[in-house]
Formats: sequence, structure tokens, C-alpha cells
Amino acid sequence: MSLLTMKGIYKGFPGVQALTNVQLELKAGEIHALVGENGAGKSTLMKILTGIYEKDEGKVIYQGEEINVANTKEAQELGISIIHQELNLAQDLTVAQNIFIGREPRKFFKLFVDEKKLNQEARELFEQLNLNLDPTEYISNLSVAQQQMVEIAKALSFQSKVLVMDEPTAALTDSEIKTLFKIVEQLKQDGVGIIYISHRMEELKRVTDRITVMRDGEYIDTVDTDETTIDKIISLMVGREIYESSEPKSITGSNEVLLEVKNLNREGVLKDINFQLKKGEILGFAGLMGAGRTEVARAIFGADSIDSGEIYRNGKQVKIKSPKEAVKHGIGYLSEDRKRFGLMLDMDVKTNIGIASMDSFVGSVGLTKQKAMEQQSKEMVEQLNIKTPSVNQEVRLLSGGNQQKVVIGKWLTRDSDILIFDEPTRGIDIGAKGEIYKLLNDLAAQGKAIIMISSELPEILRMSHRVIVMCEGRITGELKNESATQEEIMTYATQRIG
Amino acid sequence: MKTEVSNPGIEKRKSKLPFKSGALQQILAFSSLIVLILFFSITSRNFMEFSNIMNILLSTSVIGILALGTTLVIITGGIDLSIGTAMTLCSVMTGVFITFLGLPIPIGILLGILSGGLSGFLVGSAVAKMKIPPFIATLAMMMIAAGLALVISGTRPIYFSDTPAFTQVALGSIIPGIEIPNAVLIFFLMATIGYIILNKTVIGRYTFSIGSNEESTRLSGVNVNRWKIIIYSIAGLFTGVAGVVMAARLNSAQPALGMGYELEAIAAVVIGGTSLSGGKGTMVGTVIGALIMSVLTNGLRILSVPQEWQDVVIGIVVIFAVYADILRRRNT
Repeated sequence: MSLLTMKGIYKGFPGVQALTNVQLELKAGEIHALVGENGAGKSTLMKILTGIYEKDEGKVIYQGEEINVANTKEAQELGISIIHQELNLAQDLTVAQNIFIGREPRKFFKLFVDEKKLNQEARELFEQLNLNLDPTEYISNLSVAQQQMVEIAKALSFQSKVLVMDEPTAALTDSEIKTLFKIVEQLKQDGVGIIYISHRMEELKRVTDRITVMRDGEYIDTVDTDETTIDKIISLMVGREIYESSEPKSITGSNEVLLEVKNLNREGVLKDINFQLKKGEILGFAGLMGAGRTEVARAIFGADSIDSGEIYRNGKQVKIKSPKEAVKHGIGYLSEDRKRFGLMLDMDVKTNIGIASMDSFVGSVGLTKQKAMEQQSKEMVEQLNIKTPSVNQEVRLLSGGNQQKVVIGKWLTRDSDILIFDEPTRGIDIGAKGEIYKLLNDLAAQGKAIIMISSELPEILRMSHRVIVMCEGRITGELKNESATQEEIMTYATQRIG
Repeated sequence: MKTEVSNPGIEKRKSKLPFKSGALQQILAFSSLIVLILFFSITSRNFMEFSNIMNILLSTSVIGILALGTTLVIITGGIDLSIGTAMTLCSVMTGVFITFLGLPIPIGILLGILSGGLSGFLVGSAVAKMKIPPFIATLAMMMIAAGLALVISGTRPIYFSDTPAFTQVALGSIIPGIEIPNAVLIFFLMATIGYIILNKTVIGRYTFSIGSNEESTRLSGVNVNRWKIIIYSIAGLFTGVAGVVMAARLNSAQPALGMGYELEAIAAVVIGGTSLSGGKGTMVGTVIGALIMSVLTNGLRILSVPQEWQDVVIGIVVIFAVYADILRRRNT
């Protein structure tokens, strides 16, 4: 009998249909994998299950009854818990204090926390789970794996019958993963149903019973783990449909290397990154979330410091220690999180376009040349077809695609000839995506060199001349576009060490 | 996006409001000022007399100049608690240069103002380079400046009795015929300078930009640390000017004064519609905010409301000013 059934789930956000008719069935004592590319809708589905989001349509049946969970607390009380990818523990409290936060045992007319009882209860919980943890230890003294264990213990202290684990092994070492799997197996014996989200295929093969695949917010299939192969799962994940490539790819014969990176290293983040970027080229960076692609971009741009490595600009070695120096060397960075790292939302279009080039808009006595700036931004608005009533419009009132164009305008105004696009179409609707693609092609045709980081494989294949694939901070593959396939990229992207 | 038009830059969107969103608070503040003035002119016959109006303006000048400088800092998303006692320190330094060292008055004034700039530079460096939160860095500077003012002056007021011309800096009148004290003129001059810095120069651009999104600004290749130091230093120069005006008005440097002035200045800035979370604010608003505070104080005094109750009223005004700002944000 099934412990949990979700069926016909729909969820829309402004501008995006996140889930369309999605289903999921979980049995007691089952480890059920939920897989799909970034943006496939796994997290959204889990957030609906645990009451973080409200579903638009559909049914959630739990232990034979339909439930409508309003918030996380209600879900926990019902016995549905989630362990998030990023840990949510208070670093300056102890293990036991974290586990029982919000429901501490009290004493003396409920005025004081009964620390003794608190620790005792935690100890009993650990015994039950065969965990070797000291309840009085501070979280800040624990390793990531131990913190993960605390999260699991916390989730189970609610007598959970359904446990969602979102990328639980992402930050763990191999021996820590083994310990985690032991606990997972034990929970399974106790009849807990586990929904296990992971990108690591070998892991799924090892621990799960069934696998449900999602793609583009839709349910694709549920298969028995024993009766399938990793390749089969990957092809279900990426699907067959490719974006219609109406845009002819601009091909350049240029061999001029604008940027070369040699042996870039950053402890624990990047290892031996080597690549060249040529004039007129779009170089795709593929990989899963956390593979280190954004970190490469930030390192080149001087936003994060590096431990070692050399950067060559037009054959000459350069030192880039801050974004200011990167900008001076003609590099522009368009962050995946425009609102946090790319725009001043409360300021107008013209300032956002001019901000990287203020030097050229300053007159003799330090006064800004308002007219020149306005003129330049008007040109950009026209050239990039930015839809805004005027250059004095606040940027936060523009759509995602137009905001992205404003950031592009900023770097074009600065005459940057190396542009790093980090997820250029994230949060942009389909129509505007095409426009951004066309813009990227045009820029490449004009001789700009472009690095395009993207988690969308069709986008990578459609746009780039060459593809670099990363996994766990290393470059695991480099492919010529003509020969690259989604499956091939996925294989490199999941190529873990050991 | 219904408001989008295909021909950008040429057509303008018809705005729902007749002014930009940030201007509402300012208009609100300005109408409050008018209402207050009307109220006091009706309730008290003396209020609208020329001498009383000059009185109000004169008492606005010092706090007003402080508020103008600190508006810059607050727009970056920072705060400066040191301006009150730093102003006192500048008064004392002016006394040291003119009375103790016997330097010519203009040079003494210049050095007095520069000591304010130095104090701002130090605070700015602590904030930008040492990454000390502005609240803490300026709290420390507030104490340091208060202590130094007492140490340097030997805890006694420094009088400018040997240089009777000095007091004319604040109380004299440079415009013949009209008895407007120079302190008031200096206030308006500084307001104009502040307006130009904030709206016409690259410094002002970066001030807003840092306050609006510091990380985006940094990633646009702007040396945020350097500009922060510059902004705090400019605010410090304003503090220096306030210190000189204060000393000239009292014809002495009073080393024990100054504590609490920073809060009045910050209140004026906030009443004027500048957001404490940064990115938004105007110099005109600050001028209006400072005027509201002194009109209130003056009017209530004329109506014989005791000092204690005046403070209560101003506190309530601050609450409503900020609440109006929050309501405005919620609506946009």
C-alpha cells in the first residue's frame, strides 16, 4: 500500500508554469529517487509536499487521507519532514538545542528550559538511530557530515514517516556517505518512506528502490532501479526534444586567443582549470549545480580571490585582483543573480547602463555629463531593443529579459570584449529567450568573446561553438559542438572523482 | 507589461502619480512644514515676525549642516553617530588654531573644517577597509571625539575674545540691508553644495549606487571602498563647517556640547524622507526635515509648551515620518 501519493499536481509562478500534472507515489519502507535536470521541478514539488508552497491543483494523499498542508510545521506534525540541501542549523546552539528548537522541555512553571531533559531526550534519540553524537556539542564544532546527521535526527524526532532528502551527499566525503547510507537503510527497515533527490547516478543505483524522472515541470516516468541503467535514466532526464534552432550559428574563422586561463586553483573549490577563449567564440560551460562554473567566472573577474593560476589577455599575462581590474581589461560579468549582483533595482536604466563607465561621463570639475550618459543609454536601449518607456525608468519595473539587456548594455557601454554570461536566460520567459540568443550570436559575430555558463543543455548545444563540462571544481570534458550530445555532456558532468 | 511601448526613449509612460515615487515623502514633509507654519502663525501672533523667523533659521543652521553631510552617508546605507561630538572637536580645534596659536581667522576656519574631514576620513577607512559596521565605527569615533575635545581644550571653553571678528562668521550679515545672519546663509550654501554633490557629480551617483546595491556596484568595476572613504570624508567636511558655525555662534568652543546633536541630525534626515536602508534620499528633503524640527521646537516654545514635551512631540513626528515612508514602500 502506498504511504504517500501525489497526483495531478499543478503549480504556476508569474510567467512560468513550474509543474504540470505531476505525480509521485511512495511506499512505506521505500527509498524513492526523484531525478531531473536543474529546473525540472523537483524542488517545487517537494516544497508543495512540505507546505512551503501551495499547489494550484492536485491531490496529496497521505496514509489514505487527503491532506492540505499549510506550512512546514503542520507537515512536520503529520510526519513529513525535509532535509534541505543547505543546512539550516543555528551554529551557536548545541546539537540538542537545535533538534528541539521551538519545543524545548520546560521546568519551573514553564519559565526555564530543562536542559537536562533536553540532552537526555536527544541522547535517547541518537541511541535509537545508532548515531554517535554529543548532544551538548556546539554545531559550529561539527563537520558538515555530522551537521547533516543532526538534521536527519531532527527530522526523525518528529516521528517522521516521510523523509525528503535534497542532495544529502553533496557536501560529504565517501566515508561520510557510507555512514549516511547505513542510517538510510536502517530507516528503511523501520518503515520510513524516503524521497531521495540526487544528481549522482551511481548513488541512486546503490540505494534506491524506484526512480521517478521529471523534466521541464512534467512527470516522465517511474522505473524500478534494478531494471534500468544509468544511461536510460539520463536519456529520460534530458529527453529528445531540442530547441528549434532557427538562428544560424555564427561561425568565425578567427583563431585569435583573447583570454587564456592556466592552472587556476582555489582550495576546495577549483582545481587546475585550463582553457582558451577565442575571438568571436561562444564557449559553453556545462555542468550541474555546484560544479564550479560560477566560481571560475568569479575568479576570472576578480570577484573571488584565487590560490594560484595565471590569466593571459591577448597573450600577455595579467593580474586581476578585483572586478575593477577585470573591467579595465575589458571583461564584463553578467551574474546568474541579476538582482543581487548585476543591477541597482531602485535606480534608473541610464545609471545602470552607465555605472561601469562613469569615468567617461565625468566632466572637468567632477560633474557628471548627464546628457552624454542619457544619449549613450538611449543608444543602448535602441540597439538592444530594451523595452522601457524611457531611460529614466527604474530598472525594477522592467521584465526579466529587459533587465538582462540592461546589464548587457552596461558592458557594451564599457566596450568590454569578453563577456561572461552566467545563466543568461534564467528567469526569462521563452519569447525573450530567443531574443537573448540572437543577441549573443550578434555579439559573437561582432568579434566579442563569450563565455556562457548554462544548466540548460539544449541552450548549451544550441548556442556554443565549444563546450567545457565541469564536475566538482574540475574540467572533466571539452567537446566540439558538432559532435556533442546531451548524453555525452551529462556523462562528463556526473564524472565524480573515484 | 502593459506599460511598455515599442518606441523606447521617445514616448514617455503616463505615470499614475504626478511625481516620481521617491518624491511623495518629500511632498508629504513639505506640506507638513506648511501646515505647521500655518498652525503656529494662527495660534501665536509672534511666530511670523521677521526676528522669530530668523531665529528659527539660525537654530536650524548647525543641525541642518550636520544633517546635510550625514544624508550622504545614510544614502550609502551607512550611519554616522560621530557627527555630534566630531562637530564639537572641530569647534575646539578652531579655537586652538585661532585663540591658542593665533593663526589668522580664515586659516583657523579652514583647518577647523579640515579636522572634520580628517575625522570623516578615519571613520570611512574603518568602515570601508577594516569592514567595521558603520554603527560601531562611528560610535567609537563619537566617544573618541568627545574625549579629545575635552582633552585638547583642558575641559574648559575656549573663548574667541581676542578675535571679535570671528563671531561675525555666524552672526554677522554679509548682505547689506537685510539682517539675515551669515550662519543661515552658510546653511543654504551648504545645502546647495550638498545638492550639487548628490545630484550632479559622480560622487553622488556612486552614493546612490552603493546604497542601492553595493555588490552590484563593486562587480561593475567601481572601487567601492575608495568611494565610501571619500563620501565619509565629505560628510566630515560638512561636520567641520557645522563646528565652525557653532563656535562662531557661541563665540566660544564649548567642549562638553555636541553629544545628542547626531541624533537630531539623523532625525532631520529621516523626516526628510531619506531611507535608513540606503539608496534613497534628497538634500531638499533634509533641509525640510531640519526646518520641521526647528519650527516645531520654536512654535511649541512660543506656545509655552515645556521643553520635555517638545522632545515627546518630535519623537512622535519621527515615528510618523518613517511610518509614512514604510507605507509608501508597501504601495509601490
